[in-house]
Amino acid sequence: MCLAVPAQVKNCDGNEAIVDLHGNRVRVSTVLSPEVKEGDWVLVHAGFVIQQLTPEAAAETFAVLADLVEKGGPP
Amino acid sequence: MDKSKHIVLAHGGGGQLTDELIANTLLPRLGNETLGQLLDSSIVPGTAERMAMTIDSYVVRPLFFPGGDIGRLAVCGTVNDLAVCGAEPLGLALSLIMAEGLEREVLESAMNSVREAADEAGVKVITGDTKVVGRGQADGMYITTAGVGSVREGLRLHPDQIRAGDKLIISGTIADHGLAVMLAREMPEVQSVLRSDVAPLNRMIGRLLDKVSGVVFMRDPTRGGLACVAADIAGRTGLHVVLDEGRIPIRAETRHAADMLGLEVLEVASEGKVVVVVRPEAAEAALGALREDEHGRDARIIGQVEDTRDGLCELQTVLGGRRIMLKPYGEQLSRIC
Amino acid sequence: MTGHEALDRLRSAAAAVGRPMAFMEVCGTHTVQAFRCGLHSLMPGNVRLISGPGCPVCVTSQGDIDMLIELARRPGVTLCTYGDMLRVTGTDGNLEEARTMGADVRVVYCSLEAVKLAGAEATREVVFAGVGFETTTPATAAAALEAERLGLRNFSVLVSHKRILPAMRALLESGQVKVDGFLCPGHVAVITGYATFAPIVRRYGLSCVVAGFEGAQIAMGMARLVELVRDGQPALENLYPQVVTRWGNRRAQNLMRRVFRPVGARWRGLGSIVDSGLAFRSRYARFDAQRRYELTPVESAEPPGCRCGDVITGRCTPAECKLFGAACTPVCPIGPCMVSSEGTCQAWFKYRRQDKAGVPAGAGSN
Repeated sequence: MCLAVPAQVKNCDGNEAIVDLHGNRVRVSTVLSPEVKEGDWVLVHAGFVIQQLTPEAAAETFAVLADLVEKGGPP
Repeated sequence: MDKSKHIVLAHGGGGQLTDELIANTLLPRLGNETLGQLLDSSIVPGTAERMAMTIDSYVVRPLFFPGGDIGRLAVCGTVNDLAVCGAEPLGLALSLIMAEGLEREVLESAMNSVREAADEAGVKVITGDTKVVGRGQADGMYITTAGVGSVREGLRLHPDQIRAGDKLIISGTIADHGLAVMLAREMPEVQSVLRSDVAPLNRMIGRLLDKVSGVVFMRDPTRGGLACVAADIAGRTGLHVVLDEGRIPIRAETRHAADMLGLEVLEVASEGKVVVVVRPEAAEAALGALREDEHGRDARIIGQVEDTRDGLCELQTVLGGRRIMLKPYGEQLSRIC
Repeated sequence: MTGHEALDRLRSAAAAVGRPMAFMEVCGTHTVQAFRCGLHSLMPGNVRLISGPGCPVCVTSQGDIDMLIELARRPGVTLCTYGDMLRVTGTDGNLEEARTMGADVRVVYCSLEAVKLAGAEATREVVFAGVGFETTTPATAAAALEAERLGLRNFSVLVSHKRILPAMRALLESGQVKVDGFLCPGHVAVITGYATFAPIVRRYGLSCVVAGFEGAQIAMGMARLVELVRDGQPALENLYPQVVTRWGNRRAQNLMRRVFRPVGARWRGLGSIVDSGLAFRSRYARFDAQRRYELTPVESAEPPGCRCGDVITGRCTPAECKLFGAACTPVCPIGPCMVSSEGTCQAWFKYRRQDKAGVPAGAGSN
């Protein structure tokens, strides 16, 4: 029930945003986090952005993901 | 309804409209000498000491999904079931059940896929049947495919061959098919790079068996996924199977889609992968043989059989712990294949 | 800290403490993840992680579930729900069975889908099943506000949302549960802020550590909880600073406060707890499905032998319930703890090694 996944905001459009992770693009509501903007890393739960990741966390997430993509998946 | 554009009940009646459907839609796509005879039974080309036979029904929804469609699935699923038993496919029988109102374009497209997949596998559809049911039934189309194959001489792949020490190999990334289909169905508005891996594996498996002796059992992880195959092996042999979580190849976008949908990725179907159980001394060679094929590039050794007699499968987790992997209950993912 | 470092710290701190310790998690996702990552098999012998009432589906009262099923069966009603609720059994069947029998039950991944549906199908009465803790409650609040903005007359919510803190307090006040600290839910804390757990630390002298959901993060949470016992210093710690802040998501909290007010609620297995549930404020009363359809929840007794109430309060383990693994299995569940994919009993059944009596095998595994 508490499944929430990180994703990156690609596009903001009123109360909604398109977020992307690993090539999956989803339209989510930003009503709970209206301050998000393009490029931000966010936490998504049940179709809503519920939090922005701190810049350090975003950098960490991005680094881990880039690593995964390079190595082509888990070791 | 325009019969040239839609399937009507009479197309399944066995009369003139059925003939027209076969002549104009089915034969041009699937046609070959044997099928073209249009007799009640067809003679199977080729013969062998031991024949293998299999049957599967395909009720996938949606009919078309990223990476494939019901037609491709209907060939690959059956071809692969023959291949994992060490049988070379000799011929397929295709039974179509269509709902009244199905667009002919949809049928044509699916049949094109059947032909393409059959060509890839080097097998032909040698006999078939068509029925039409009422509008709204059969969700557009169901296909049942039976396949006949010749089993390699002297080969007996069976769980009773499996011994402690044997290794488990997966031929590539798991769960891509099931998640591509589920996402297309449950979240059609999501744009995704996920694609079904549906593919015929008989050539890859043929090469594996040519090059390596020591393969004792194979299974394709379709419904129930890798968890089902591994738990089944443990259950049937009464031995203990351990899978190494960190070695199981999973695409990032597949794992992410599983998280979004709340699904256990290890329980999701693949339609272009095989689990190979092999003697430990042959494991590296088997891995090499699989990786030579385009469908086996990401093959990995992912586990082994241990001699504890508990019939259980465990996952060795990334954290370093262990937890049980039971056969899934199977209700979560409907209409994947 | 990597997972392995966290485990090393956990082990050395546990050895330093010596005596048996028990910690409680109050989040169904923590329950499942702790098993899935193999943590239970790695815990030192004197450390136990108990599951508390953290599975919102498991604690939804029988009466609420029956109301949902009844509504689903009404012609003209479209019931929208998160997938977890489909197989939860009421007195007479579940939503999935109702669907097979012709009820219009639809799984949604976002509360706003239900609102869109109501907007698109004016002749249908759309009811949304509002279940979940604070992570999920704002989504329902947002849905109600959107329905108001659109002037919808055919949308309502059956509210079963709950608040976790009153349940934690009630457990401790009952005196029947002895724990040395709490592993606190990371995503609830994203919304509420970690400060929400401060009263537990202050009043009961028990540490609260907020953790994420990866194996390494849960291991880290356990390590800190044991270290805090070792050091004799109950504290409130946030190990998920990437997304959890002290005061949380203010906007989400404001939306919840605008739309809902706290009320007493009945928790399956726990009974009624003051201020632990939510109800629509009068301004939004027209979205209250219970009021709209004039429903009254009727509670019935738990099935004989079912110990879900004891399981979710940590008073017994699933294995100590006589029905566990025998009459009650995931294929044939009796109580909610076995039905829900986040239920403690289902997690035990699926991920633990047990001998024939359902008693766990192996030292140090719980």
